Amino acid sequence: MRSSECDMVIVGVGGQGVILISDVIGRAGVLAGKPVRGAETHGMAQRGGSVVNHTRIGCRYSPMVAPGNADLLVALEPAEALRSGHFLSPQGVALVNTQPVLPVTVTTGEARYPSLEELLRPLEEQCQRVLAIEATALAEKAGTVQAMNVVMLGALSGYIPLSEKHIIQALERVVPPRHLESNKRAFLLGKAEVE
Amino acid sequence: MREYLLGNAAIAKGLLEAGIGLAAGYPGTPSSEIIESLVELKGDLPLHIEWSVNEKVALEVAAGASWTGARAAATMKHVGLNVAADPFMTLAYLGVGAGLLVICADDPFCHSSQNEQDSRRYSQFASIPCLDPADPQEARDMTIYGLELSERFNIPVMLRPTTRVSHARADVEVNGGRPPTGESHFVKNPARRVALPSHARPLHNELLAKQPEIEEELESCPWNQLTLKGETGVIAAGIAGLYAEEALMDLDLDHSLLRVGGYPAPKRLIRRLIEHVSRLLVVEELEPVIEEQVLMLAGETNPSLDILGKEEHIPRWGELDLLAVKNALARMNGLEIEQRGPLPAAKMLPPRPPALCPGCSHRATYYAMRRVFGKKAIYPSDIGCYTMAVGMGTVDTCLCMGASISIASGIRFGGEGEGICASLGDSTFLHSGMTGLLNAAYNQARITVTILDNSTTAMTGHQPHPGTGVTATGQTTVQISLEALARALGAGLVESVDPNDLEGTMKGFQRARDYPGLSVVIARQPCVIKARRGGARPRAFQVSDECQGCRICVEYGCPAIEFDGEVARINNLCTGCGVCAQICPASAIKEVKG
Repeated sequence: MRSSECDMVIVGVGGQGVILISDVIGRAGVLAGKPVRGAETHGMAQRGGSVVNHTRIGCRYSPMVAPGNADLLVALEPAEALRSGHFLSPQGVALVNTQPVLPVTVTTGEARYPSLEELLRPLEEQCQRVLAIEATALAEKAGTVQAMNVVMLGALSGYIPLSEKHIIQALERVVPPRHLESNKRAFLLGKAEVE
Repeated sequence: MREYLLGNAAIAKGLLEAGIGLAAGYPGTPSSEIIESLVELKGDLPLHIEWSVNEKVALEVAAGASWTGARAAATMKHVGLNVAADPFMTLAYLGVGAGLLVICADDPFCHSSQNEQDSRRYSQFASIPCLDPADPQEARDMTIYGLELSERFNIPVMLRPTTRVSHARADVEVNGGRPPTGESHFVKNPARRVALPSHARPLHNELLAKQPEIEEELESCPWNQLTLKGETGVIAAGIAGLYAEEALMDLDLDHSLLRVGGYPAPKRLIRRLIEHVSRLLVVEELEPVIEEQVLMLAGETNPSLDILGKEEHIPRWGELDLLAVKNALARMNGLEIEQRGPLPAAKMLPPRPPALCPGCSHRATYYAMRRVFGKKAIYPSDIGCYTMAVGMGTVDTCLCMGASISIASGIRFGGEGEGICASLGDSTFLHSGMTGLLNAAYNQARITVTILDNSTTAMTGHQPHPGTGVTATGQTTVQISLEALARALGAGLVESVDPNDLEGTMKGFQRARDYPGLSVVIARQPCVIKARRGGARPRAFQVSDECQGCRICVEYGCPAIEFDGEVARINNLCTGCGVCAQICPASAIKEVKG
């Protein structure tokens, strides 16, 4: 018996909106009557560092996804996808925003930022499928680059055991009303990208 | 009703459901959102919520409310309990009026802390019961139960969530709140409220005498749960109980399981388990609190019992997770161990350590400090965002909240002859730096103290403090002047500088350095995150073709400055502080007007 219906790890960089994705999924899970567990990064680690969020749908145990168990890896930044690639299960799917955010170690010339190919190939070997998504560009198209996380949520929506109706209802509760229309556009653009 | 809640918000819900009249805390990861959630949920309830200046004060305020008949809670992170240890220990003797809950959030793995001490030890030390939730639902339920337990046994109760509970989210069943009882009165009773030696001796006896009754009560609390199955047993504490349940299911093992969530650990349940099994794995994060109990009881009940725990199977440091517990079970059952750890290809990734924000004024202050005091000077520092500037050479020590100033005094009196410039944040100074400054003045330490005043408690999520003139609930209040405070505490020279004005800041540091006594520099510039949320519009800067590629601006370390191999470039993270333009020797960084 599986201890969780769907295990996912959502990663990115502080400020990209990782927590919002998890929050929407959790609320949608409650609307669907399913138990949901999540674990977040707060405090010191948030300041420009890597952010890792675990979310488990249909789960009554701890909020932590074990390495090798994630059905989904959602990465708002491609280097962070590889950094957390070991969470993916062999049957898992990775959804990766292709737009890099350069760490200070790269902007100051101390370290090199790998090419997208170098980042994604090891993930392809690790799991069943890697979907590279130009989420930042799609968010700009939707009217606000800040909604990149919602583009990724849209892309993710087809892979999780929750209905679009519940996800949109949850999104409406989390996003301020004045940003709701652009966020819904972002969601649909992300969803169309994987259909 | 079910809601998707952060563990800390679930605790806040529990406090409201239990009808608390007062909550006081000092911010600290992972505890801060308890007070913040209460503020959001408060509505019109006649409930006092405050950010206190430190944890000791918070616990004393909560004790006063409890003695006046209002249910009360004090919130803090684990190391905050060290600050509050003085009232904590003696409150166990004096007891409570209405229920008093000490919420102390532990941080195994030091995600955002200077150590990973296990607060269950404090509860043992003080003879105070401790509730150790496994998830947000238990945290909410234990909050309500803890306040009832406190009243029943006339003793403060500790709730000890860990990072993975406080910062977990889950669907939580909650009910409506119960309004606080309203007007209450302090009842005079010196024998129970005045800790004179003649009162303390009988109260200590009373505290010891009530322990068996508390143990009896916790034996049957819903979070100490025994399931007898096979002849191998597992005891798992707090969140480890969930790891153990899931691991046993994944590995299809029929082991007996005792989950422990209430302390003192349930002796009767432990005895029943160790009579039933021939070997036993004890799974708890950090200290072997239960394991020690098991060792004692097994000596009486089942001396041949094979006990596995901290020696080899479960680490005594860091946090546990499902895989760690699964592998411990696999090892004892001769099953295959699963490997963990990042993919080999991840080795090529550039590190992404947490860093000061683009445009953070701490970077500018430290730059000026270092230019004036030089490489040989000693820089005791403190706890806050600015500790991340350790790479700038201006953070030589960090011990605990407020220690920078006293450490600086000790370094001077220990014989150090070089310049000494301590630094600490505004909130940290008000928390426990003031006493160090007073002590430095009184004992005539020749040091400079820099207060990095970004007018908020930034690291923990921008909570207000007495220097901001705003309370936890957003009310305007008296605004404490750091300058006046520093002078009153005995500083001979007080300089106020704007870190975004490099020259002015350096001049201020020069005067402080040359002052033959105790000097204080207050470097004031609002936190960039808070300023942006407040609607501040940044000035725009760009690098002109006069750039010589000297990298001086790049080495300044601001994430908004990039180097493309030959020249510098300013990226869209720039907040417009303008400090890099003042550093550039070629004057190549210019403000873009209009």
